Amino acid sequence: MSCDAPTSTLAAYRAGFMATWTSVFSYVLFGTYIGIGALGHDFGFSLVWTVTATLLVWAGPAQVILISALGAGASFIEVAVAVGLSAVRLLPMVVAMLPMIKRPETRAWKLVLPAHFTAVSLWVEAMRLLPKVPRENRIAFCNGLGTGYGITATTATITGFYLAAKLPPLMSAALLFLTPLAFLMSTLRNANMLVDRLALGLGLILGPLFAYWQIGLDLMWSGIAAGTAAYAVHRVREALQ
Amino acid sequence: MSALSGEFAAWMALVLVGFLPNEMWRWLGVIFARGLDEGAEILVWVRAVATAILAGVIAKLTIFAPGVLATVPTPVRLAAVLIGFMAFVLIRRSVLAGVIVGEMALVVGALVFSP
Repeated sequence: MSCDAPTSTLAAYRAGFMATWTSVFSYVLFGTYIGIGALGHDFGFSLVWTVTATLLVWAGPAQVILISALGAGASFIEVAVAVGLSAVRLLPMVVAMLPMIKRPETRAWKLVLPAHFTAVSLWVEAMRLLPKVPRENRIAFCNGLGTGYGITATTATITGFYLAAKLPPLMSAALLFLTPLAFLMSTLRNANMLVDRLALGLGLILGPLFAYWQIGLDLMWSGIAAGTAAYAVHRVREALQ
Repeated sequence: MSALSGEFAAWMALVLVGFLPNEMWRWLGVIFARGLDEGAEILVWVRAVATAILAGVIAKLTIFAPGVLATVPTPVRLAAVLIGFMAFVLIRRSVLAGVIVGEMALVVGALVFSP
């Protein structure tokens, strides 16, 4: 190991952390977690519990489900199933991102933290920024990004918890609306290949259709169907060229 | 409120039905990513599925809106997403422009069209 390795790891961590300041996701996360902090307050959870949930769950939709379902008195099994279903998307995201940051000799435990930080925010920004980062620094860069987003979300959760009583309903609605808007715009920006654009378009149509038809595990099946169809088109097009 | 009958129960719930069912997908991802390198063809498919699931989440959050967002009429929510998308395309594919314009459309629409 060269003697400047620790410094460059630290520099990469700091670069990832600094990247969060110019990332549109910091602002989106801030707004989203103000909404989540307020939700925790309204359903009678403590501040420490709500903040811990932000850091442990680290996925907006799952946390909204957890707080509102528990608060409404749903059984533990029901809550676990609903949270688990909302989080299926994390599996393919982690599988797509880890090969970009690991090297053949990387130990699996070093990937647990970047995997934990993986959520839409980090995934979209990592896919965009990682190609410019040297491979040996990518894990540190991801952890820096994750730390920055984590601090942003924690600050916002605390702010929202204390603001809860003062938020007008339309403001709360606008904060909840940040998630679908930001998910859509950032996915659009990252969809440079035809296969990704097709997957996005088909998923937008099939997702609500599968939900409307009340197909069990609707998000998983609509995602697999739309993603596979987009991939098939991509293969056929490549074969024709 | 049986699930909240005590501070202890709330913490148990956080770990057992909040953290674990969510985090298991990330751990499975770590296992599945073993042995795959960046250029692997299967990752094109995996990314397409991830994108499509994400698209499903976006559409469901817009159409079957959670909490107080449901009080804004559905056509207003759909129009706001569409207007945000158009702003994104017109203003240099800027995420921030799309989000801000979409939010403004939602608030204006809600003020004008809400009962």
